[in-house]
Amino acid sequence: MSALRGGRLIEVAFWLVPLAAFLLLPGYLMLGSQILIVALFALSLDLILGYAGIVSLGHAAFFGLGAYAAGLLAAKGWGEPLSGLLAGGVIAALAGFVASFLVVRGEDLARLMVTLGIGLLLYEAANRAAFLTGGVDGLSGVAMGKIFGVFAFDIGGKTAYLYSFAVLLLVFIFLKRLTSSPFGLSLRGIRENPARMPAIGSPVRARLVTAYTIGAAIAGIAGALLAQTTQFVGLDSLGFNRSAELLIMLVLGGTGRLYGAIVGAAVFMIAQDYLSGVNPVYWQFWLGLLLVVFVFFARGGILGAVEAAAKRLGRSSQERAR
Amino acid sequence: MSAALRTAGLSKRFGGLSAVSDVSLEIPQGARHALIGPNGAGKTTLINLLTGVLEPSAGDVFLGGERITALPQHLRVKKGLTRTFQINTLFPGLTVLESVVLAILERKGLAARWMRPVSSHRAEIGEATELLATFKLDRDAQRRTAELAYGRQRLVEIALALATRPKILLLDEPAAGIPSSESVEVLGVIAALPADVTVLFIEHDMGLVFRFAERITVLVAGRVLMEGTPEEVARNDEVKAVYLGREAHG
Amino acid sequence: MLGVLFDGIAYGSLLFLVSLGLSVTMGLMNFVNLAHGAFAMAGGYVCVIAMTRFGVPFLATLPIAFVVTAIVGAVLERLLYRRLYGASHLDQVLFSIGLTFMSIAAATYFFGSSQQPMRLPEFLRGQVHLGGVDFGIYRLFLVAVVAALTAVLGFLLARTRFGAQVRASVDNAQAARGLGIDVDRVFSVAFALGSGLAGLGGALGIEVLGLDSSFPLKFMVYFLLVVAVGGAGTVKGPLVAALLLGVLDVAGKYYVPQVGAFVIYAAMVILLIAFPAGLFGRRR
Ligand SMILES: Nc1ncnc2c1ncn2[C@@H]1O[C@H](COP(=O)(O)OP(=O)(O)O)[C@@H](O)[C@H]1O
Ligand SMILES: [Mg+2]
Repeated sequence: MSALRGGRLIEVAFWLVPLAAFLLLPGYLMLGSQILIVALFALSLDLILGYAGIVSLGHAAFFGLGAYAAGLLAAKGWGEPLSGLLAGGVIAALAGFVASFLVVRGEDLARLMVTLGIGLLLYEAANRAAFLTGGVDGLSGVAMGKIFGVFAFDIGGKTAYLYSFAVLLLVFIFLKRLTSSPFGLSLRGIRENPARMPAIGSPVRARLVTAYTIGAAIAGIAGALLAQTTQFVGLDSLGFNRSAELLIMLVLGGTGRLYGAIVGAAVFMIAQDYLSGVNPVYWQFWLGLLLVVFVFFARGGILGAVEAAAKRLGRSSQERAR
Repeated sequence: MSAALRTAGLSKRFGGLSAVSDVSLEIPQGARHALIGPNGAGKTTLINLLTGVLEPSAGDVFLGGERITALPQHLRVKKGLTRTFQINTLFPGLTVLESVVLAILERKGLAARWMRPVSSHRAEIGEATELLATFKLDRDAQRRTAELAYGRQRLVEIALALATRPKILLLDEPAAGIPSSESVEVLGVIAALPADVTVLFIEHDMGLVFRFAERITVLVAGRVLMEGTPEEVARNDEVKAVYLGREAHG
Repeated sequence: MLGVLFDGIAYGSLLFLVSLGLSVTMGLMNFVNLAHGAFAMAGGYVCVIAMTRFGVPFLATLPIAFVVTAIVGAVLERLLYRRLYGASHLDQVLFSIGLTFMSIAAATYFFGSSQQPMRLPEFLRGQVHLGGVDFGIYRLFLVAVVAALTAVLGFLLARTRFGAQVRASVDNAQAARGLGIDVDRVFSVAFALGSGLAGLGGALGIEVLGLDSSFPLKFMVYFLLVVAVGGAGTVKGPLVAALLLGVLDVAGKYYVPQVGAFVIYAAMVILLIAFPAGLFGRRR
């Protein structure tokens, strides 16, 4: 019981960090919003990969779709943020729903190819549809209205930061619910053994379709959020690199825990901000090396390591008590 | 009354190999029916055909008179046809309790819900705890399945199947890999199932087969060699030659 | 029309040459190797360095590219790949993305990110007229080289002891082990050979595909696609798939330049839907 309360306390403390950052680091709000948005994006992949166990190499497709949907809406004169956010989520969800039928059948390799293919397809489509998307130059002229008709997006990025924070927190609470529910348990069952699930009466494909669609919707919301807060959509929002980096930060933070997605996104973005500022080539090299080392030595990610350390501490204190 | 489970001319080919050929079985409700045969006879393949893991090359499967040949696996389970696996097929990263609760939630049609946490599903957790107790698994309920020894995992394998409350239970070598002292216990739990539950089990230990089975089907090279009571099977010279003879060597 | 077809075939031959090793990796060890393009890139740089720094003639750089990348492949297989054969596909994906990033960064560090210059020897340049159609001499050369190699590989696979072992291992690794085949060793050799072929393809391909440090990512999907469509573990499957993709891609870029690479990605998704186990795939 007290362990539960302790867990709650840590969670509250965790969510106070971004709020403290808002007050203490006003110069970093741009980076801060980016972290919050990418964390949201990573959460969406955690549902699909960390819980349901589907490896995706093209998750940026849904992020980009959401971004272009919200960006285009605003660029064509519909600047109301919340409906734009919703539109981004709905478009991505529709695409995710359709794609899920391809992803859900077949094995890992086929899935990898299909997710990769869908990502590349959309990238190329956005690239070619320059009349609509601005092509390589990106979509500009995204003019946002006020949130609730009250809070305008300011140059300093305060509104953007708090807006992103609120969306992240709400989605997180939703996902927390989802993953601790029977539905979440059944996703973990599929991840742990897709062959056993049908033998206990579980409609595996239907579950995966649902999970994949929800994941796509959240990715779309994250993309829409980026479009709205930066008032720009670049082709790279759909690119393979974004999908790969997303995978890296999620695994870096630790999969199947939700918090791992957020921690991974924060660590990755901050490191990238520092290191790629120094030299982007070095950054890519160290990132690659980190991945290789990581696969061999630290598969639980940052939170996995923290958990293992906490367990060890707990055990030794128990032994001392004895 | 139609049989609980019936097959007609069921066959499965893997390339050139006929793993199951023209098998027609009829298993009445409440039966305790054993399926025996040397390794590679096609017993597991037959179970895979019955449960929909594999599509038959020819023939049909009937459940209580209804043709289910094309029904997906999970819907057969919903109709009460459940199997266990010869090699443990469990959820290594879930706790034992979580695994069983999951199976119960699926049975009750609650597993797609997302509003309430699993921890507030008291009835299902209670049922799972009771079920685990019958297998003396209550001590291990909170441990990850992967942490259990193979023999203990074997019990989880069967508990998971029972959690679906099967009308027809197919057991693929349930006692394989556990000490023989415990295997009597395992089959005891199965024998103690309500009398209207139909049980078809594969088992290599002839002692156990003769103790628990009312009827036996002998499968050799994918074909039914004979079917009869344990006495009839024990008396049959052909069976002795192809099966019991080999067993004595192996 | 014929010219486009021919260009597509030349392009497809290159894809085939590079992808063959990947088909072994995926087919034999069920290993998802996104870093395969890095071996092709390495071969390309070996060729360029040998030519510009050491004055080696182009034709002589080809065997060098093959040998150097084969050795690199053998070493990496021994040290790293081997340890991940049983690992999850996620681990393999992460590992090979890591390797890809490192190779790209290293290439950028040493050679910059610009296209590498390539001067073909005089006798490989220019065109020949045959039946009213212009054929690039280099492309003819390319097709001839790949055809010859394919014949050799086909022979190797069909007629030699090693080939029989590879086929047995791809078909059923467990059964092959049971027959006393040292599957791990077969795979090491096949991996080195596949890396070498990729390196050779990279060197031959500078003129056609170009060579810069982003090569491994730029062409990753093509190589994966050849394997996914062609199925793994045969010579025929990837060959047909590579030629098909090569022709489709070239034709797409030639006839409908506005949609460009869209054609090939759409074809990819459609092919994957229609043939989830590959054109010649066996279901496991
Ligand atoms: N998925 C499969 N693909 C190819 N052959 C298989 C497959 N499953 C089983 N077999 C073959 O079918 C035969 C029967 O196997 P199985 O049903 O497992 O026998 P048993 O359970 O009686 O020992 C064996 O020769 C086995 O190798
Ligand atoms: Mg068997």
